[in-house]
Amino acid sequence: MFRHPNFLIGALLTGILCLAALVSLVWTPHAFDTMSIAERMQGPSAAHWLGTDQFGRDIATRLMVGARNSISVGVVAVGIGLAVGAPLGMYAAARGGWVDDLVARGADVVFAFPAIVSAILITAILGPGAVNAIIAIGIFNIPVFARVARGASLQVWGMEYARAGLAIGKTGFGVTRDHVLPNISSVLIVQATIQFAVAILAEAALAYLGLGTQPPAPSWGRMLFDAQTLMTIDPKLAILPGLAIALAVLGLNLLGDGLRDILDPRLRPERLG
Amino acid sequence: MNKLLFALAFAAALGTVAVPAHIAQAQAKDSLTLGFTLEPPHLDPTAGAAGAIDATVYSNVFQGLTRIDETGAVQPQLAESWDVSDDGLVYTFNLKTGVKFHDGTDFDASDVVFSFDRARAEDSVNAQKQLFAAIETVEAVDPSTVRITLSRPEGALLFNLGWGDAVIVAPESAENNKTNPVGTGPFKFARWVKGDRVELEAVSKDQPLQKVTFRFIPDPSAQVAALKAGDIDAVTNLNAPEAVLAFESDPGFEVAIGSTEGETILAMNNTRAPLNDVRVRRAISHAIDRKAIVDGAMFGFGTPIGTHFAPHHPAYVDLTETYAHDPEKAKALLKEAGAENLKLTLKLPPPTYARRGGEIVAAQLAAVGIEVEIIPVEWAQWLEQVFRGDDFDLTIVSHTEPMDIGIYARDKYYFNYDSPILKAVIARLNNTSDPEARDALLAVAQEIITADAVNAYMFQLAKLGVWRKGLDGMWRNAPVQATDVTGVSWK
Repeated sequence: MFRHPNFLIGALLTGILCLAALVSLVWTPHAFDTMSIAERMQGPSAAHWLGTDQFGRDIATRLMVGARNSISVGVVAVGIGLAVGAPLGMYAAARGGWVDDLVARGADVVFAFPAIVSAILITAILGPGAVNAIIAIGIFNIPVFARVARGASLQVWGMEYARAGLAIGKTGFGVTRDHVLPNISSVLIVQATIQFAVAILAEAALAYLGLGTQPPAPSWGRMLFDAQTLMTIDPKLAILPGLAIALAVLGLNLLGDGLRDILDPRLRPERLG
Repeated sequence: MNKLLFALAFAAALGTVAVPAHIAQAQAKDSLTLGFTLEPPHLDPTAGAAGAIDATVYSNVFQGLTRIDETGAVQPQLAESWDVSDDGLVYTFNLKTGVKFHDGTDFDASDVVFSFDRARAEDSVNAQKQLFAAIETVEAVDPSTVRITLSRPEGALLFNLGWGDAVIVAPESAENNKTNPVGTGPFKFARWVKGDRVELEAVSKDQPLQKVTFRFIPDPSAQVAALKAGDIDAVTNLNAPEAVLAFESDPGFEVAIGSTEGETILAMNNTRAPLNDVRVRRAISHAIDRKAIVDGAMFGFGTPIGTHFAPHHPAYVDLTETYAHDPEKAKALLKEAGAENLKLTLKLPPPTYARRGGEIVAAQLAAVGIEVEIIPVEWAQWLEQVFRGDDFDLTIVSHTEPMDIGIYARDKYYFNYDSPILKAVIARLNNTSDPEARDALLAVAQEIITADAVNAYMFQLAKLGVWRKGLDGMWRNAPVQATDVTGVSWK
C-alpha cells in the first residue's frame, strides 16, 4: 500500500474532507449563519481562524459545513448513478442484442451533452435548490456507470467461467450475481471515487450559477459566487472556497487512481515480478 | 526558453486585448455606450410599469408636454408654455411647432389628444392611469394649442405629464411602439438585439452624440469588468456597490453618488395570515436592522427610511425610530400575536439590494424566531408570481417611481393593503394644490402607513453612477426613471 503515494495523499485529503464534515455535525467554531455586519471581511484571528465573509460570518465554519454539503451531494449523486446505472449496464451485457444496443446508444446520447449542461437543464425544469441539484448530478451519473458496468461485464461474459456458469444451468441473473458483479466491483469502486470528485465539482458549478444550494446554507460553489465581485477587496473570500474545492477534487482523484493501481490485478507489481 | 516564449506570447495576448479598448476610447467622441442591469420587456413607456422602459427611451426617444429635469423640477418640452385658469381647472398648453415624429409625420395638437385619450381609455394598458385621473377632457383648440379641463384641481398635473407614461405618441405608430418606438425626441430607435442591446441614433447631425447604445449586463462583476475594459462608457446605477470604492480611486473614472426615488422595502402580503395581523408586521419591522442592511448589502450607500417616502423630499417625515431595531420587542409582539415558530417565504428578484439584502433580512428574522425560506426569482417570475399573482409572503423590491405613496390607496396592489382612512387622505391630497397643505397631507399619509406597518421600510436606494472621465452632463440623481442623455457630451 505504501508503494502508492497517490493513494496515500488522496486518502489523506479525502480523510480531512470527511473529518471536517463529520466534526461539523457536532461542533463548529461558530454558527454558520450568524451574521455580524460590523465584523465583515476580517482577516484570520483567534476568534475567526480563516477570517469572516462579507456578512461577518465565520469562514472556517462555512467551509466545514460546506464540506458536509459537498459530501452529501457526492454520496447521493454517486449513489443514484451507481444504483441505476450499474444494474442497467450489467443487464445490457447479460441480455445483449437490442437491449444492449439501446442502453449503449442511450448512454452515448446522454454523453453527447456536456454533463454540466444536462444538469443545468434539469435544474431549470425542476427549479434551483440543493435537492434538485443532487438529482441532476445523479441523473448524469447514470450513463457513466451504465457504460462502465456494461464494458466491464462484457469482458467477464467473454471469460470461460461465465460461459461455464451458463452451461451448468445458471440463469443470466445468477451468472451476473456470482461472477460478473464480484469481478467488476473494483472497477465500479474506482469509478465511484472519481465520480464523487466530479459530483463535488458539478455541485460547486451549479451553486456558482445560482442553481444549486440556496443561501443561507453554505456551499463552496455558492461562496465562490458571492466572492465574485468582492475578490478585489478581499481575495480570501474567493481563494479559500476555491482551495477547498481544488483540494477535495484532487484528493478524490488521487484516491481513485491509487485504488485502481491497488485493485487492478494487471497492475499488481507481484504479478509483474 | 519555452517559458520565456510563453511569457512573451502571454504579454502579446494581453496587449491585443488592451489595444482595442484604447482605440475604442479614441473613437468614442460622438458615441456613448451605457451599461444597465435590467433589460426592458418592451419599449413603449405608455404600456408598461417596468422602469427599464423609461430608463431607455424617456426624453431620448419619447417626449411629453413637460419633462422632469435632473433636480426633479418641471420643464417645458413639447409644450413651450402654458396658462392655468384661476380655479386651477383649465390648462392651456402652447405647443412647439415644426416638430416631427421619427417616421416623418408632423406633431400637432391632435397627437396630444390622441395620446391622452388613449392613456385614459377604459381598455388602456397604461401602468399609471392615476396620473390622468383628474382629467375631464382634452381638446385641440388649434393645431398648436391644447386645452385640458380637469374635474377637480390636480396640484401635480404638470409633474404628472412629465412622466414617461404620459409621453406623446402618434396614432400612425402607437401600436408598434413596443418593438419600434417612434417619438419626437432627439434620438430615434435604430435596433434592439434582444438580451444584449438597444441602439439609438441621433436625428440631427449636429448633436454631440450621434449614437447611444444601451447594453444590458445583469451580472454585477460583468458590469465592473465591462467598464474597466472600455466595453461600456458609463453605468448609471452600478449593481456592485463594493466596486464603487475601487472606481473612486481610479483616475480614469468619475463616480457620482446620488439619490434615487427608490424606496427599498421588505414588502409583506397584507392579506395572507399571519401577516394580516398588524402585530406580526410590526414585529418584522422591529426585527430588521436597517443600518446593518445598508452596510452589509450596499456597502453603506443608502439612507435608512421609516416610511414609503424619499428622505430628500421636503415633506419627508423621519419615522425610522418608530420601529427601531429591537429583537426582544419583535419576539414579544410575535408571542402576543400567537405567531411563534413562524415560517415565511422571501422571494428575491435579481438586483443586489434584494439578493444580498435578502440574506441579511433572513438572518435578522431568524434571530427573532422567524424561519425564512429564500426563493430567488427572475424579474419575469417576480412580476408574474409576486406583483400580479399574490403568491408570496415577503419580498424585497425598490419602488423607483417618484412620489408613489399613492400606491397604498389603490384598490388592488400587490401587498394588498386596504385602508379607508389612507384612501381618504390620498383623495384629499389629489384635490389639493396648495404646496403646504399637500406636504401636511403627505406627512399624515406617511404616518398612517408606518403605524399600520404595511411593509418594513428599509432604505432609500442610492444611485451609484460610474463613468469614464470626460463624459459631461450625466445625471447624478434620478428624480424620474430616466437616462436622459440629451444633454450628454464628451469633453
